[in-house]
Amino acid sequence: MNINATIIGQIIAFAVFVAFCMKYVWPPIMQALEERKKKIADGLAAAERGRHEQELAEKRAQQVIHEAKEQASEIVSQAQKRGNEIVDESKNNARVEGERILNSAKAEIDQEANRARDELKSQVGGIALAGAGKILGREIDEKAHTDLLDELVSRI
Amino acid sequence: MASEITTSEYIKHHLQNLTFGQKQVETEPGVWAPTGEWGFAMSTGEAANMGFWSINVDTMFMSILLGTLMMWFFRSVAKKVSAGIPTATQNFAEMIIDFIDDTVRGSFSGGKNNLVAPLALTIFVWVFLMNLMDLIPVDVIPQIVMQSAGAIFGVDPHHVYFKIVPTTDPNATLGMAIFVFMLMLYYSFKIKGAGGFIGELTLQPFGKWAMPINTVLETVTLIAKPFSLGLRLFGNMYAGEMVFILIATMYGASLVLGSFAGLLQIGWAIFHILIITLQAFIFMVLTTVYLDMAHQEHH
Repeated sequence: MNINATIIGQIIAFAVFVAFCMKYVWPPIMQALEERKKKIADGLAAAERGRHEQELAEKRAQQVIHEAKEQASEIVSQAQKRGNEIVDESKNNARVEGERILNSAKAEIDQEANRARDELKSQVGGIALAGAGKILGREIDEKAHTDLLDELVSRI
Repeated sequence: MASEITTSEYIKHHLQNLTFGQKQVETEPGVWAPTGEWGFAMSTGEAANMGFWSINVDTMFMSILLGTLMMWFFRSVAKKVSAGIPTATQNFAEMIIDFIDDTVRGSFSGGKNNLVAPLALTIFVWVFLMNLMDLIPVDVIPQIVMQSAGAIFGVDPHHVYFKIVPTTDPNATLGMAIFVFMLMLYYSFKIKGAGGFIGELTLQPFGKWAMPINTVLETVTLIAKPFSLGLRLFGNMYAGEMVFILIATMYGASLVLGSFAGLLQIGWAIFHILIITLQAFIFMVLTTVYLDMAHQEHH
């Protein structure tokens, strides 16, 4: 337990270890620690940003949904209106068409009736003429009495 | 413990370093003369008379072994270090380094300095490892060394000494303290300049009219720093080692006393874990603080 040259040896050994530590140990490990610190900070910042963006996206989505709902209800009401219109229109059309058919039928009936009447008139004239001829004998000049008969027929 | 030696001899044996130097012979009681040969001291008296140019081989061997072990560990981590997910080993190293870094940042305010933090790391881990040797039962390694030296070199094992705790050798602790002192002086000169440093030593605390008193006071203060630093560590570890040795002397006495000694040794070892860590920490913090003071300009 006496002071001897060991003290010098210890100073040298200590200096060598410190120098080694200072050169080859401390800087790489410290650098890695700093890098990791930075990485973690970046990660946290990115997460924060992501959360913010998500919030924004959610807000936007809500807005889009709201708009879509509004649009949908608008479309539905329009469709209803249009449906009603179509129904009204077809009712109208049906009525008009019905009237038209009815009118044409009536006209046809009238036409038919007139024709039948005319035919009947002419037949009646012939029958009357034939009757009169039979009654008056064969001398009656058919030609001389045609005018008379026509006049008769037109009066019927 | 060898039964043919007395307790006092046993304790003395444990407190003697393995010293290599100029061989001495005792010509008459208390008077030693060099033989001109070099070799290991075979007795406490011979070691004491070898003079300054002798070396404690056990202290040097153990401290360099532990220091190399420490540097190998940290270097192997530093080589594979990654900023991604750390391995368990890297995690362990990082934990220590982070702790040192925090402590240094807390007590060193001298701006950017690439030396202080690695210095603190080296001190803390190295001193801790050297102190840790104290927890190995006191006879294990010395006995291995003594018996193998006896078997290999044919020396009487009782004249082979081996202390495995380098920090119980004042050479080791004072050597470290002197290195720290040299750094203190270097930074004092570098930061404050020769004038500033001399001014600091002579102009305070009493002003320029009391220069001699100031010089004496400040020089004592300055010199006391490395001395207290080295001797504090040495004293604590030496005392702790002494208690272990004293407990060990009880083992041969009787079964009851031996079992009691076993319990005592466990208790003291558990308590000593605290001292080991604390002393390493104190050495580190004081070094940082002293270097911080060397960086401060006084006005």
